[in-house]
Amino acid sequence: MGDHHHGPAKGLSRWLFTTNHKDIGTMYLWFSFAMFILGGSFAMIIRAELFQPGMQLVDPLFFNQMTTLHGLVMVFGAIMPSFVGLANWMIPMMIGAPDMALPRMNNWSFWILPPAFLLLASTLFMEGGAPQAGWTFYAPLSTTYAPPSVTIFIFCIHVLGISSIMGSINIIATVMNLRAPGMTYMKMPLFVWTWLITAFLLVAVMPVLAGAVTMMLMDVHFGTSFFSAAGGGDPVLFQHVFWFFGHPEVYIIILPAFGVVSQIIPAFSRKPLFGYDSMVYATASIAFLSFIVWAHHMYTVGMPIAGELFFMYATMLIAVPTGVKVFNWISTMWRGALTFETPMLFSLGFLVLFTIGGFTGLMLSIAPADFQYHDSYFVVAHFHYVMVAGAVFSMTAAVYYWLPKWCGRMYNETMGKTHFWISFIGFNLTFFPQHFVGLAGMPRRIPDYALQFTDFNMMSSIGAFIYGSSQILFLYNVIATIVAGKPTSDEKVWDGAEGLEWTVPTPAPYHTFETPPKIDPVHAHS
Amino acid sequence: MFLRAKRLGALALGPVLMLVGLLCAGTAAAASKVNEVNMSPGATSVGQSIFDLHMTIFWICVIIGVLVFGVMFYSIYYHRKSRGVTPATFHESTKVEIAWTVVPFFILVAMAVPATSTLLEIYDFEDAEMDVLITGYQWKWKYEYLNETGDNVQFFSNLRTPQGEIYNTEEKGEHYLLEVDEPLVIPVDTKVRFLVTANDVIHAWWVPELAVKKDAIPGFINETWTHATEEGVYRGQCAELCGKDHGFMPIVVNVVSKEEYATWIGEKQAEAAEIKKLMAQSFTLDELMERGKGVYDRSCAACHGAGGEGGLGKPIAGSPIATGDLSGHLEVGINGVPGTAMQAFGGQLNDVDMAAVITYQRNAFGNNMGDMVQPIDVFNHKKG
Repeated sequence: MGDHHHGPAKGLSRWLFTTNHKDIGTMYLWFSFAMFILGGSFAMIIRAELFQPGMQLVDPLFFNQMTTLHGLVMVFGAIMPSFVGLANWMIPMMIGAPDMALPRMNNWSFWILPPAFLLLASTLFMEGGAPQAGWTFYAPLSTTYAPPSVTIFIFCIHVLGISSIMGSINIIATVMNLRAPGMTYMKMPLFVWTWLITAFLLVAVMPVLAGAVTMMLMDVHFGTSFFSAAGGGDPVLFQHVFWFFGHPEVYIIILPAFGVVSQIIPAFSRKPLFGYDSMVYATASIAFLSFIVWAHHMYTVGMPIAGELFFMYATMLIAVPTGVKVFNWISTMWRGALTFETPMLFSLGFLVLFTIGGFTGLMLSIAPADFQYHDSYFVVAHFHYVMVAGAVFSMTAAVYYWLPKWCGRMYNETMGKTHFWISFIGFNLTFFPQHFVGLAGMPRRIPDYALQFTDFNMMSSIGAFIYGSSQILFLYNVIATIVAGKPTSDEKVWDGAEGLEWTVPTPAPYHTFETPPKIDPVHAHS
Repeated sequence: MFLRAKRLGALALGPVLMLVGLLCAGTAAAASKVNEVNMSPGATSVGQSIFDLHMTIFWICVIIGVLVFGVMFYSIYYHRKSRGVTPATFHESTKVEIAWTVVPFFILVAMAVPATSTLLEIYDFEDAEMDVLITGYQWKWKYEYLNETGDNVQFFSNLRTPQGEIYNTEEKGEHYLLEVDEPLVIPVDTKVRFLVTANDVIHAWWVPELAVKKDAIPGFINETWTHATEEGVYRGQCAELCGKDHGFMPIVVNVVSKEEYATWIGEKQAEAAEIKKLMAQSFTLDELMERGKGVYDRSCAACHGAGGEGGLGKPIAGSPIATGDLSGHLEVGINGVPGTAMQAFGGQLNDVDMAAVITYQRNAFGNNMGDMVQPIDVFNHKKG
């Protein structure tokens, strides 16, 4: 008996050698939260410096290191791993699989992450400082003009890429092979669908990023001139390659968030998701379009007008499937029986703020108008509406939603709601005024600004401190829940929740679905 | 629950209403740039077209937003469990789903029409009456007038805001960070074509009120243009992260009457002739040191430190180059160090300034070489 139903190993080796999807998911989630705090503290330094005009706290070079590391850590360290963690925990439980298909690779894809970020953070203490060319690291600022730490940075990107590709292969293999009998593709929960599509995106574009940084490495150390015009190369080539990765990347970040919200809104509306099929097709269309719009990040590089028009029209088209999603979520709520527990609040926050981010995205897609928006704070506001209020809010919603299932204890609802409202107010106070300063002409990535931008920057900084400190409340609430939350053993923690994960005991045992569940052939997806 | 729903509604609709309110307020108070909340139509017809396009799309988004959020808040209010509703069970409707795929598509087509025509307007480079070559340097702009009357006129435009204002030891002036030593001057009612490039990394030349933003890319020459219809001083900044002092390389454009422009370009040409004359002269050590300090503060201090202590660049104080062989020092100053951030200053400084700054570096910050460089030495070195 003991041989077949063993629990976790004891001590450190449980975590080091684990191949259990729940353990690995947990590690991913904690790691990404740690990175969220690290990247957040960089943001706090940025906002503190920008609190008033003049240079107060840091020098311009260090400021550039902060904007660069903030972006890199948040994108690659916080948001992406958090959704991989969620995928690890939830995908097997949602499709009735006993674990991920490739458990040893799963362990490996997590454990190469912490050393990579340790290395990246260590560049702060190197001579010449950390990378300082922005998270988009345009050549030649990131090659010929970069500090020596760029080599370490390139290595880190390679490691992160390998980790992401392994994680994605694992997800694809799991979804394709380990679905319980009867769990057809069109019965999978939407979270699984969005992750399947995301995983394909990752496998397609992470090697492109690896190619870009390898070319950088060659330029820096081996005398090539991929990105140096002086040697016959082309600095704009870097941007094309980078954004061929970079644009799908933003959908890599947001698609799983769509998946989460598509699970939570039906649960608290007590009504099935509206337009399941169209949700799947919309996700696939967005993924396809993401490959043919990359140069909308480069309207000002001097493309021929045919290029501008193509990328403008293709980008505008993304509004159609994205609109379908928003309409579907709202129709899901329509004539439901709504309650507003914390996960629902964060999902509604997502819905409203992501939609606003979508509107500004549509505005940015208009090439002639983008000549004024480009590289201004308007862009900063836009992508924080989709990255923070989109991805981070939905991730927060996911934690509140599944935490009781994970640990068998209920979080404190009042504290959760307080966390939401502080986050919501802090977030909007931070990023809404950035639309204004951007439209009025404030460029992004500057450590100091002209006097007319003072008031809005001050508001922005205050908002950032509020949003930042609300995360402490979140951390406290999660730890308090795990340690001393009110125990619950309801399989279905939420009365409106649907899906296989709510059929296993609470807290979810170390191994679930060792024998595949029976899938109700009529009752489709949740 | 009622209260909560209402609060949720108020706070989520808040941003949209705030935006609308502020945009309206902003148009009224457009005279003052402080706390401006919207794009400026600026001083060109292209700027006006872009502004109109921006506002059209903004209002379309507001209307869609009000409708979508309106439905959502209706649902949040009326379809709450606490009102004792029983949830419906519908989960698809082909008709509705087709409608909300097709209708947005046509709205997009309606947006694409004015967007395309504005873009065509911007891409019409024909009939420019004069050309200015703009080159981005870390961290300054160089302007060269390329048409016949502008021959010989070229200059650098550096940030004029003193370090004291930036580091909070002095009161900040009105145009803090948006002021330069020598602004670009162009005539009003003239189609001016800008050829934009860069010397080191990528920069972007952005003046919002002239509706121009173009990346300055080393090895490429981009084209853009403006046609200002109102005289005035227009201020902008570098828009593409270009290293340490990205935030400190502003752009100032004086749009003046055609007569004023003619006078100004005449003066600039006379100045250039004067420099040419100076290049044939010899100077005393004191003269070179005095001129050299000014050049050093403008062109070297950003990387090598105001006191020669180093920073992004190596220290000048005690440097083996500045205290070594004279021709080696000239070589580094004139041709730079390839593969590093040390630029070739031979094309940036005239021979007088180059001679002065090399002399200064060899005799300041505790370097005590006692030798000096004359413009003719620089000229000879350049010739090889």
